Amino acid sequence: MTMHAQIQPAPQFGETPFTRKKRRNEMIAQGIFAVMVACIVIPLFLIVGYLIKEGVSLISWEFLTTNPTGGMRKGGIWSALLGTFWLVGTSLCISAPIGVLAAVYLNEYAKDNWFNRVVNLAVVNLAGVPSIVHALFGLGAFVLFAGMGRSIIAASLTLAIMTMPVIIASTKEALAAVPRQFREACWNVGATKWQTIWRIVLPNSVSGILTGVILQVSRTAGETAPIMFTGAVFYRKIEEGNLFAYGLGDQCMALSMHLFTVTTQVTNAPHALPFAIATVLLAFVLLVNLTAILFRSWLRNRKKW
Amino acid sequence: MTSSRSALSIYGEKAIEWLIRICGVSAIIFVFAIFFFVFREGAPFLTDEKFSLWKFLTSTEWYPTSMSNIRYGTFALIAGTLSVTGVAMLIAVPFGLGAAIFVSEFCTGKLREFLKVIIELLAAIPSIVWGFIGLTVMNPVIQTVFNVQVGLNVLNAAILLALMSIPVMVSIGEDALKAVPDSYREAAIALGATRWQLIWRALLPAAKNGLLAAVLLGVGRAVGETMAVLMATGHAVNVPHSIFDSVRTLTATIAAELGEASEGSPHYRVLFLIGILLFTITFIVNLVADFVVKGIKNK
Repeated sequence: MTMHAQIQPAPQFGETPFTRKKRRNEMIAQGIFAVMVACIVIPLFLIVGYLIKEGVSLISWEFLTTNPTGGMRKGGIWSALLGTFWLVGTSLCISAPIGVLAAVYLNEYAKDNWFNRVVNLAVVNLAGVPSIVHALFGLGAFVLFAGMGRSIIAASLTLAIMTMPVIIASTKEALAAVPRQFREACWNVGATKWQTIWRIVLPNSVSGILTGVILQVSRTAGETAPIMFTGAVFYRKIEEGNLFAYGLGDQCMALSMHLFTVTTQVTNAPHALPFAIATVLLAFVLLVNLTAILFRSWLRNRKKW
Repeated sequence: MTSSRSALSIYGEKAIEWLIRICGVSAIIFVFAIFFFVFREGAPFLTDEKFSLWKFLTSTEWYPTSMSNIRYGTFALIAGTLSVTGVAMLIAVPFGLGAAIFVSEFCTGKLREFLKVIIELLAAIPSIVWGFIGLTVMNPVIQTVFNVQVGLNVLNAAILLALMSIPVMVSIGEDALKAVPDSYREAAIALGATRWQLIWRALLPAAKNGLLAAVLLGVGRAVGETMAVLMATGHAVNVPHSIFDSVRTLTATIAAELGEASEGSPHYRVLFLIGILLFTITFIVNLVADFVVKGIKNK
C-alpha cells in the first residue's frame, strides 16, 4: 500500500475525473491480481489441511514401521517408506557427483561456443523430457539392455538422470555467485585451474550446491512414473526394523507407488489409509523442500560479498 | 613452475579435468541415449506390415488388445492430451502470469518472500498426490457443482495441471519482469502513470518474450504430466466434445498399459512409439521456449 501512495498525484492538484478513473483502475487491477494469487495460495493450504485431517488418525510410529498386511488394507507402510529412502539415496549417489561436475564444466571450463550452447540446450531439454518417457528409457536401457532387471539400481539410475538437471541448474547458480576476483586472486598466486576450483570455488559455493541436492531429494521422493516399470512393485514384504532389508538388485515398494496402488488397485481399503500415505509422502517432500528454502535464505543473509 | 609438483598431482589433475569434461557433456549423451533406447524398443514395429504411420496418427481407434481386429490409432489420445493441456493453459496462463505480476510488481518485503515460498512448495507437491486429490476431492466437487455424472474428466485434470504448471510460470514470468530495466519503471512513474498503467503499457510489452517462454515451459510440463492425468481424466479413449467428457492422454496410456503389454509384442512397441511422439512434442516446445529466452538475452 505504501507503494500505491508514492505514485498518487499530490493532493493540492485536486481530483479530476481523469485521476479518479486512474485510481479506480489501479485499485481494480490490484484487487484482481490479489484474488488471483489467493486462488493459487489457498488451494495449497486447503489440500494439505484436508489430507492431514483425513489421514492423521492412522499415522503412528507403528504405521511407519510395520509392513502392509491383509492385501495392503491393514498394517503400515514400512516397506514402501524404506524403499523410497533407498531409491532417493541411491539416485542421489549417482546424480549428485555427475551433476556437480557437469555444472563445474559448464560454469568454469566451457567456452562460449556452439558446442557448449548445445550442451546447455541438452540440459534444458533433459529437464523437459516427460517422466513417462524417462520410464521407457529406463526400461529399455537399464532393465533390458544392461540386463539389470527390475531393481532398485535400475530405478535409481532412471531417477538420477531425470533429476540431474535440477542439480546442474542450482550448482551452476551457486558457482556463478562466487565472485571472479576470488578466482583471479588464486590464479595470481600460481594455482592451476583445478586447484582454484577445489580450494576456492567449491568451498565458497558448497552450501548453494547442498541446497540443490536437497531439492533433488524432494523431487525424487515423489516421482512415480519413472519407477513403475523399472524397479517398484505393488507389494513386497521385508524385515521390519532393518534399514538394510533391501539390496541394490532387489525390487522394492515406494511410497508414491504405494499411494497409487492403494488408491486405484486395492478395493475396500480403509478410507483413511490412502490419506495417511499421502500425508506421509507430502510431509516428507514439503519438509525437505522447506529445509532447502530456509537454508538458502539463511545463506543469502550471511553472504559476505 | 611444474617442477615443484609431483607427477601424481599433475596427472591427477589431468584425470580430474577429463572427468569433468565427460560429466559436462553427459547431458548430451543422456538426451541421445533416451531417444536411442526408446526408439530401439519401438522401431521394429515401424517396418511391420500391419503398421501405418498415417493411421497411427489420425485414426481414433485405439484397440490394442482386441481379439479380432487390433488397431493402433492414437488420434483420440492426442486429442485427449491437447484438450487437457489446452484447458489447463486457459486457467493457468491468466492466473500464473497474474501471480507473477503481483509478486513482482505489487508486493514487497515479507509478503513477497512468503508468496514465493508458498509457490515453490506448490511446485514440490508430487504428481501422484495431485492425482489422488483429483480422484478423491475434485471428483465429487465437480459432480455436485456442475451436476454431471462423472467428475473424472477434462476439467478435473485441467485444474490439476493448471495448479501444477502455475509455479513454473510464476517463477519464469517473475524473472522476465525483473529483467525489465528499472529505467522503464522510473520513466513511466515520472510521467504520472499508475502502477497498472506502468504494467500494461510498459512492462508487459517489454517482457513479452520472457512471459511467452514461461507459458511454453508450462505447456511442456502439462503435456508430459503422467500420474495426475492418469488418475483424473477418467480413462476413456475418446475425442472430447465438452470439458465434462472423460478422455485419456498419451502419457496415461503408456503408464496404464505398459505393465500389461508383453515385452516385444506389437502393443509394447507401439507404446514406445507413443513415447517417441511425446519426446518429440516436448523437445520442440522446450526448444522454442529456449530460443525465445535467448532472443531476450541477445536484445
